[in-house]
Amino acid sequence: MQADERLALADDEQMAFEVPDVLVDRATHYCPGCHHGIAHRLVAEVLEEMGVVDDTICVASIGCSVFIYNYLAVDSVEAPHGRAPAVATGVKRGRTDKIVFTYQGDGDLASIGLAEVMHAANRGERITIVFVNNTVYGMTGGQMAPTTLIGQKTTTCPGGRCRDREGMPIRMAEIIAGLGGVAYSARASLDSVKNIRAAKKAVRKAFDVQQQGLGFGFVELLSGCPTNWRMDAVKANTRIREEMIPYFPLGVYKDVTEGEGVC
Amino acid sequence: MSRVVFLDERCKGCLLCTTVCPKGIIVQSSRFNRQGYKVAEVPADAMKDCTGCASCALICPDVAIRVIKSRKAKKAGKE
Ligand SMILES: Cc1ncc(C[n+]2csc(CCOP(=O)(O)OP(=O)(O)O)c2C)c(N)n1
Ligand code: SF4
Ligand code: SF4
Ligand code: SF4
Ligand SMILES: [Mg+2]
Repeated sequence: MQADERLALADDEQMAFEVPDVLVDRATHYCPGCHHGIAHRLVAEVLEEMGVVDDTICVASIGCSVFIYNYLAVDSVEAPHGRAPAVATGVKRGRTDKIVFTYQGDGDLASIGLAEVMHAANRGERITIVFVNNTVYGMTGGQMAPTTLIGQKTTTCPGGRCRDREGMPIRMAEIIAGLGGVAYSARASLDSVKNIRAAKKAVRKAFDVQQQGLGFGFVELLSGCPTNWRMDAVKANTRIREEMIPYFPLGVYKDVTEGEGVC
Repeated sequence: MSRVVFLDERCKGCLLCTTVCPKGIIVQSSRFNRQGYKVAEVPADAMKDCTGCASCALICPDVAIRVIKSRKAKKAGKE
């Protein structure tokens, strides 16, 4: 790569930003400003910091992140659309010594896969779910998702989502927190430096509760899809701040490490 | 002294990094990479202002930025 020379460190220099080794050194297929790249990096950093890279199995889903196994150098299984929590249940029950996580979009998890995630959470499967909520079906061209905001225009609600016609956007972190087997459920956002730092802590916690055998770990990441929102990446971040966060409040909705554990 | 290195072939020109730099030194260059993206840069004369805070690298969705700090700067806790 052409930049190599500039990366040579002088005697008194050191890297101030470590890129995790488990994050494969290759350009992604994501659009400019897509937050899947940030979400991948946070997962990579957490797995490395926990020292579990060689003992992790990723269950990929269907959506723009379908190729996550090209970017994270961990063993992976590709699940049919929405079924990642069911596949992960089988993987974890078969290999209880492994750290197992799914990585799912809002179309995958909150529409076609709603039953799978609810029951896996309710059963308290010792798995972690990284849920990327970008309020659309990104991969297929920006159709309405259960998380699409009221008034948001998509290809399947061109006049804007309407409460009476399509219902209110679904708040997954809160719903998951209400289920019995859940050890941790939180919502974070990838729109700013401060929120990305907080998001990393939430991702870590969602993996920690699995490692400690406490129950189901869930982290929702509010993310930008500039392409299907028909705006540039900078405006997309403004939209997250001004429109998404007020409806999808950030925070921890359940954390059994702060109280009692799950059976 | 701190400095940042932009990996041109990884940059997609989204400009998110330009919005978080406390010194406002990151700008869009006039260069296009092989994928056709107009890449971000810190002009050479502005690099001296870089604090090595790594905010730009943290928000970059494409891991296109490396941040390098001199140990002295780090020990002093500023720069
Ligand atoms: C059984 C089945 N139904 C429908 C599809 C079409 N499909 C592919 S991706 C997708 C939605 C993806 O949206 P999301 O999970 O939000 O991921 P994003 O691309 O936004 O990250 C759909 C409906 C499919 N691949 N398989
Ligand atoms: S369509 Fe949206 S979610 Fe998919 S890669 Fe592009 S910006 Fe990301
Ligand atoms: S490290 Fe900080 S000061 Fe330097 S270019 Fe990046 S954001 Fe700006
Ligand atoms: S955030 Fe990354 S990809 Fe976007 S313009 Fe800056 S260096 Fe390029
Ligand atoms: Mg989506």
